[in-house]
Amino acid sequence: MGFLDRDRTIAPPGFDRWLVPPAALAVHLCIGQAYATSVYKTALVKHFGASLTEIGVIFSIAIVMLGLSAAVMGTWVDRNGPRKAMFTSAMFWVGGFLVGSLGIFTHQLGLVYLGYGVVGGIGLGIGYISPVSTLIKWFPDRPGLATGMAIMGFGGGALIASPVSQALLKAYDPNSGAQGWVASGDAVGKLFLTLAVVYLTYMLFGAFSIKVPADGWRPAGFDPAKVKAAKLVTTENVSAKNAIKTRQFWLVWVALFCNVTAGIGILEQAAPMIQDFFRKADGGSLVSAGVAAGFVGLLSIGNMAGRFAWSATSDITGRKRIYMVYLGVGAVLYTVLALAGATATFLYVVLAFLIISFYGGGFATAPAYLRDLFGTFQVGAIHGRLLTAWSAAGVAGPLIVNGILDAQGKPGQLTGASYQPALLTMVALLVVGFVANLLVTPVDARFHEPRSARHEPAMEA
Amino acid sequence: MTTAHTHSGQEPVQRSTGRLVLGWILVGIPLAYGVFQTLTQVAALFG
Repeated sequence: MGFLDRDRTIAPPGFDRWLVPPAALAVHLCIGQAYATSVYKTALVKHFGASLTEIGVIFSIAIVMLGLSAAVMGTWVDRNGPRKAMFTSAMFWVGGFLVGSLGIFTHQLGLVYLGYGVVGGIGLGIGYISPVSTLIKWFPDRPGLATGMAIMGFGGGALIASPVSQALLKAYDPNSGAQGWVASGDAVGKLFLTLAVVYLTYMLFGAFSIKVPADGWRPAGFDPAKVKAAKLVTTENVSAKNAIKTRQFWLVWVALFCNVTAGIGILEQAAPMIQDFFRKADGGSLVSAGVAAGFVGLLSIGNMAGRFAWSATSDITGRKRIYMVYLGVGAVLYTVLALAGATATFLYVVLAFLIISFYGGGFATAPAYLRDLFGTFQVGAIHGRLLTAWSAAGVAGPLIVNGILDAQGKPGQLTGASYQPALLTMVALLVVGFVANLLVTPVDARFHEPRSARHEPAMEA
Repeated sequence: MTTAHTHSGQEPVQRSTGRLVLGWILVGIPLAYGVFQTLTQVAALFG
């Protein structure tokens, strides 16, 4: 399949680099569906006669596979270029939906684990990192803006998939008008098939419209010497193999892990948390289920907007400083939320919105941070390895929060004060992340690739 | 639109407005739909 090769994707002279972000967005908008699984969670619980936890495992497997496949396949993605990577991602992601739908139609939950979880999860990991290094090379002058645009798509994907899935489930289920309606398994299976077709189309559009810049290309007016002026921005290159031997990689890993764990702490509990924070004297909540759903929606927008806005801002402030904001200001906001969040709904909503925007910003700024520290040589592969922090946080965040909340009381009886230990634990985590980020210094020269042996033209167009 | 050059530093960007508009519309419309739907839900928070 030579048409997928990197050589076939080199942009012709005069290619407009603004054609690249839509290609990257097309892939990220599709794989972002992973955050909209709650739409059919109850339907699958009923269909399989399984517990919420057993159905939740589908999502957990997918996120763990995302981190693992990004880490394992990162070097392959860098070597083979974005088109082959996006195409492969599409095959896995869509294949995951097809196998998953088969599992639903035949009542085999194990097939859904294998399909959506394992196969789809591999598609998630490859798809997530596939456009990142290409965007960084097209926008060496604004890497934060470029990766922010793509990774924003991952947040936006859920915003699209959620209402579309709801509408399709209603359309596919003849009983959708009934009171207390829960979609049938058959409707969810058909939804999976529909999403497979739509995502295949979009992801192939991304794969076949992406281009890599020619060797030595740079945007007009861009002066690499100016970039070098920033202390933490290197013009050297470090291989992925060497990067994971550096202190800097693991410091950024810890910073990302802490930021993600803290964000997940709120995201996981968003709806019940706002209801628990504002209780009436009789124990009922001042916040209705509808309003709580609105709050979750607002957080999704904060997550998406933060990915773009904060990452773009990092081009001006520098990556280390913006991470100081995510972690330092985040710790302060978390403290205020824990101690004073229950005093006013408006204050609570604003604090949560900002915290989640920092969570998204941390994700989107990470590739540019890695570019600054390790150069562009194998930034995609290094980014893939960094995403194991996400997998680890995906397990640690809910474990910490749920574990602490379980000790505080039963769901429905919790109050704002019940959340204080969990929130203050997150503050401690953010402080750890802040210190880790503070310790990031330029990478030692012994890890740099020899200039004569960089293989840049072969590895990176 | 930024004017850029290839590695030779000579070729100006060929404006491909049609492809550019099509590409951004293909991703922009679904995204705008998703944001609109979510904002509709968010309205309950302030209503």
